[in-house]
Amino acid sequence: MSELPDNLPRGDDAVIRVVDLVKRYDGRAVLDGVNLEVRRGETLVIMGGSGCGKSTLLRHMIGSIWPDEGRVELFGQDLGALDQEGLDGIRKRFGILFQSGALFNSMTVGENVALPLKEHTDLDDDTIQIMVTIKLELVGLRQAADRMPSEISGGMKKRAGLARAIALDPEILFYDEPSAGLDPVTSAEIDQLIIDLSRKLGVTSVVVTHEMDSAFSIADRMAMLDKGRMLKIAPRSEFEQIRDGEPTGDEMGDLIRQFLRGDSHGPITRRRLSTGYEEDILEAAGGR
Amino acid sequence: MSTEGKGHDFVEFLGAKLLGGFVYAGGMALLLGAAINEVFRGLFSPKVRLSGRAMADQMVRVGVRSVGIVVLVQLFIGVILALQMAPPLSTFKQEAMIANIIGIAGFRMLGPIITAVVLSGFAGASIAAELGTMVVAEEIEALEATALSPVRFLVVPRVVATFLMMILLAIIADWMIAVGGYITSRVVLGPGVYEGYFERMRDQLRYRDFITGLVQAGVFGILISLIACYEGLKVKGGAEGVGRATTMTVVYSIVAIISAACVFTVVFYVFDW
Repeated sequence: MSELPDNLPRGDDAVIRVVDLVKRYDGRAVLDGVNLEVRRGETLVIMGGSGCGKSTLLRHMIGSIWPDEGRVELFGQDLGALDQEGLDGIRKRFGILFQSGALFNSMTVGENVALPLKEHTDLDDDTIQIMVTIKLELVGLRQAADRMPSEISGGMKKRAGLARAIALDPEILFYDEPSAGLDPVTSAEIDQLIIDLSRKLGVTSVVVTHEMDSAFSIADRMAMLDKGRMLKIAPRSEFEQIRDGEPTGDEMGDLIRQFLRGDSHGPITRRRLSTGYEEDILEAAGGR
Repeated sequence: MSTEGKGHDFVEFLGAKLLGGFVYAGGMALLLGAAINEVFRGLFSPKVRLSGRAMADQMVRVGVRSVGIVVLVQLFIGVILALQMAPPLSTFKQEAMIANIIGIAGFRMLGPIITAVVLSGFAGASIAAELGTMVVAEEIEALEATALSPVRFLVVPRVVATFLMMILLAIIADWMIAVGGYITSRVVLGPGVYEGYFERMRDQLRYRDFITGLVQAGVFGILISLIACYEGLKVKGGAEGVGRATTMTVVYSIVAIISAACVFTVVFYVFDW
């Protein structure tokens, strides 16, 4: 078993624990021994470039795909060891906002929010209606309850998806690229919602994103994934120091800095350029 | 050496196809098993609710909306049968038998099978496209993450609705073939055929002709909806995947329908049903 980074808590306040997670697709490791703990009540932002494995990591945490090695624990229970009923029990305790909102297109916004309540509680219709109104008001969509998903904008879909995610008052909220594809104002509104929900409801939040402005405005702690490996997990202030500091020659620090700043020069670019161009050319010529 | 290599490739190709077929059939069987399990849980466990509204929606979509096209197609089948049979039968002075033959052919086989083919394009393709689009839009994942079973929520209403509607549509279809034949006799073939047309058909047909047709219709309905759901739910890779799923649904459905019809016919023949 590989070591957990020192700055991770090992107490009981960890609601999510990812241990030595390995996931391979076609023999290629998308996640290569990832360790991660999320504490109760905090907002953890997982960052990384496209294809670094952050969405795959998120999908492991919600039990939608399964690890090849290692395990994922939510509320102290190993997801892989649970049967369908146990898994569904855990799933009722977290909510997830998908990248596209993932509203059920055949139902109105209100019906979308009502669905988990109808299916998983014994509340009567009137009570459910009140709950739906409350949840929609939280995300500022009370007026849109009777509209179909196809009639509302991308930002509204995400907010509606968020209202559905919090329908059952979850203890954990997962966000998959919450600001992707949104204009700056809507994106900032979503960020504010994430912060508000975290404070108002006291939920633990796990946010996967590569929007740095958004990441820095919502995170308590941040985690940086690179090529399926966890580069660094630290409080936001440490990442701010790295971002604002000067290049040090330390490969990892410089790589993180380049990513945080969005620079076009640095270790990430060099890595891309140095991947055996000549060999590829020679191989292509030889293969003929 | 080269021929040996080719032979080897061919065996490998056959093996891969065969294996793929088994995997497909296995996947379908698992989906059917899961759907049956959910139906029983829904019937006997108060905690598992099956949505009557979803079922009704699907019945309208699969059944009611396709009545018009089924009526039209089956009337044409009746016309075709009558006109095709008239010349050869008239050489034996047996035109009157058109009613008997249309009855047997229509009720036993053509009613259910043609309806099933129409439905595989009409309902099967749209179910596959719908579920495929839901996969692409992360809706299936959202269902699972909300602890709702896509099988109970999506597959069961579609399979049950298609099963029931297929049987009801087959009854309509049987009669439309008969009516198509009658209209043709009336307009083209003359009184020797149309006088006593329905009486002859009634005398010819036994209950089991009708029942075996409906049994097949029910099985076709399950095959179509199961293939459509399976293809839809395993969509990968965006719009292209959805398009592929709809095409493959129609192709596999028609192959499955005709294969099943062949098996049924053999069994019914052997047991003289």
